[in-house]
Amino acid sequence: MALLQISEPGQSPDPHQRRIAVGIDLGTTHSLVASVRNGVAECLPDDDGRVILPSVVRFMPGQGRQIGFDAVQSAATDPVNTIASVKRFMGRGLQDIADRSKLPYEFIASEGTAKGGMLSIQTVQGPKSPVEVSAEILATLRYRAEDTFNDDLYGAVITVPAYFDDAQRQATKDAAQLAGLNVLRLINEPTAAAIAYGLDNASEGVYAVFDLGGGTFDISILRLTQGVFEVLSTGGDSALGGDDYDQALADAAMARQPALQVVTAEDKTLLKAAARAAKEALTTTDTASLNVALSTGSLSAPISRADFEQATQALTARCITAVRKALRDAQLAKDDVQGVVMVGGSTRMPQIQQAVADFFGQAPLNNLNPDEVVALGAAIQANQLAGNNAAGELLLLDVIPLSLGIETMGGLVERIIPRNQTIPTAMAQDFTTYQDGQTALALHVVQGERDLVQDCRSLARFELRGIPPMAAGAARIRVTFTVDADGLLSVGAKEQISGVEARIDVKPSYGLSDDQIATMLQESFTTAQADMKARALVEARVDADRMLLATRSALAADGDLLQADERAAIDAQMATLQAAIQTEQDAKALEDCTQALAKGTEAFAAERMNHSIQKALSGQNIQSL
Amino acid sequence: MRVISLQANDFELFDVPVQFAQDRAQLDARWKALQREAHPDRFAAEGAAAQRVAMQWSVRINEAYQRLKDPLKRAAYLCELQGAPVQAENNTAMPAAFLMQQMEWRESLDDTDSVQGLEALADTVSAEQRRVQQELARLLDEAKDPAQAVGQVRALMFIERFTQEVNAKLDRLT
Repeated sequence: MALLQISEPGQSPDPHQRRIAVGIDLGTTHSLVASVRNGVAECLPDDDGRVILPSVVRFMPGQGRQIGFDAVQSAATDPVNTIASVKRFMGRGLQDIADRSKLPYEFIASEGTAKGGMLSIQTVQGPKSPVEVSAEILATLRYRAEDTFNDDLYGAVITVPAYFDDAQRQATKDAAQLAGLNVLRLINEPTAAAIAYGLDNASEGVYAVFDLGGGTFDISILRLTQGVFEVLSTGGDSALGGDDYDQALADAAMARQPALQVVTAEDKTLLKAAARAAKEALTTTDTASLNVALSTGSLSAPISRADFEQATQALTARCITAVRKALRDAQLAKDDVQGVVMVGGSTRMPQIQQAVADFFGQAPLNNLNPDEVVALGAAIQANQLAGNNAAGELLLLDVIPLSLGIETMGGLVERIIPRNQTIPTAMAQDFTTYQDGQTALALHVVQGERDLVQDCRSLARFELRGIPPMAAGAARIRVTFTVDADGLLSVGAKEQISGVEARIDVKPSYGLSDDQIATMLQESFTTAQADMKARALVEARVDADRMLLATRSALAADGDLLQADERAAIDAQMATLQAAIQTEQDAKALEDCTQALAKGTEAFAAERMNHSIQKALSGQNIQSL
Repeated sequence: MRVISLQANDFELFDVPVQFAQDRAQLDARWKALQREAHPDRFAAEGAAAQRVAMQWSVRINEAYQRLKDPLKRAAYLCELQGAPVQAENNTAMPAAFLMQQMEWRESLDDTDSVQGLEALADTVSAEQRRVQQELARLLDEAKDPAQAVGQVRALMFIERFTQEVNAKLDRLT
């Protein structure tokens, strides 16, 4: 549904109607939903008053599912069907999961797609992709928010690790779509944390956000000035988090009793849980005991904090190396950083606090709840994006975490967009043909910092066909990479002499196709179909009304931009839609009618937008700063 | 009132004088002020067409900012605007003295394995970088001689490439 409302800069389209927008932190270990109520961002609790939703989904025989705390309870008894830490599998292939032998799941490579497709997990309800599992978690949070407000959601801001690559971001967006959420933006977790922190503390200057979660690590360096959150650089590791600390601790304990072995899926789950409990105990005490009854016997290992630190030294060192690199990328020294904000439950570990304090030479900032701060920041951004905070001063200028490029001869990568570029951005590079008479060009899009294609992540392949035959090197093929405000890439290729074009939204090799999403949506809606139909019609009528209203006010304001025939075409479409609202009983037909008007007014909307921005920019000059 | 279009050049878009010398703080402030008006986030509630247009503007503003804030890119852009494109890929002829200096630097880079030694080399290179930038300011802003400036832009390209190599070696050692 394309809404045509365009407001005066700084004014809300409809001051009386508040749109319900939420921020969702889709975490490895747990997830949260937050919203701005009465001007304050707060996390929304479930019926039992708990704000945290464990990111665990259990698929039960038949149709049933358990999500959150209930699923955690079942993990020990039904480990194979109880999926935890699914975020680590988002946008990932089988070969990417290094420690899969230590996990209780039965992984399957995706069928049918080219190598490198996203993995699935075999459950009692059949294979489930990480996108579907994540959608269950997101849908649970969506219902929680809708129940809280007793209203439909307008949209959501979903957070992703800053270091997520394009495939992981796309998978997250797909999951949100599958959960029926209107994604206002994907924003980076450390940036969201910085919003919550910066607005709370009225901070100005350069800050580092150190975000160690359950499965991912991000470091972002930001400059905060008058509501502008400018990310200078970002770095991290999308497969480094509290889970790895648990595993290291479990390995160290197992090494004490070499006779014991981890055999069954239950063993794996129980050992992980025991290791996590021991880790958490070591945050406040100097020694803890890791106790677990495995199928091969009982493990009971006393662990001191020093033992734990030693077992995880290499992991902590990896974090600090990433911090050093991010500072270098920002062209800053440690002393330039005014404060280090700690985010993510794993920053509670004393060795992390110590390592960060030692590196920066200052005590890190822990004054916000590390579990909630990301969701709160996302809620603030969601509120502004929904247009509820018209006077909002907030502006995020984020960057892409990893370079984007194209494969050239010899398996080398030609970088087109370097990492840490402010988004949105578009950059182009010219390529040419290799052979005489070559009429097609295979383009392979990759992401990463290494020089060889095999060391980077493959994002998509597509072909430019129909190049007129020319001598080798004569064609001029301009490849343009565009990264939008969500950090998602699309690629276009155009032969400059003939004008032959091809473009692709980078999606197929890892993401789900639009058809797949449509099918999944349909399947999930087979229940309660009658309800769905009635509700769909009501929603379609509301959308149609809104569209008509917006078009009318747009015409009243800027109708003079249109030629007479353009105006007549729009008037006719409006009349058709007006009639359809009264008579049409089929939601889909009414939606199509609304779509037709949206499409018919698209050029007009673009023209108005252009005028509006031109005017705003022209009014901006040095004197006014 | 000035009217800005997507076709405006970087200097017009940022409303700064068309010259090499620029105040970085002013560019930063202006960049943020422009993004405040045009960033897609401002129009997130306003549909696909609005998003697309906002994105075009936002991309254009970022592109101009990247070019204006970087002395090398800014100089090359000015030369091109003033009818003297740099054409780095077709023209690599450099004065003998400059090439001699480059060779000496390279030898020094190969022979240096200590952090202190490399940092000293980096200091030498960055002093030369500043000297070339001052020369560019003179040629472009005072002498108004873009054709002469092109040679200095190429020199600056060599120097930046070399700086990257020094930094890469420093990264390996630290």
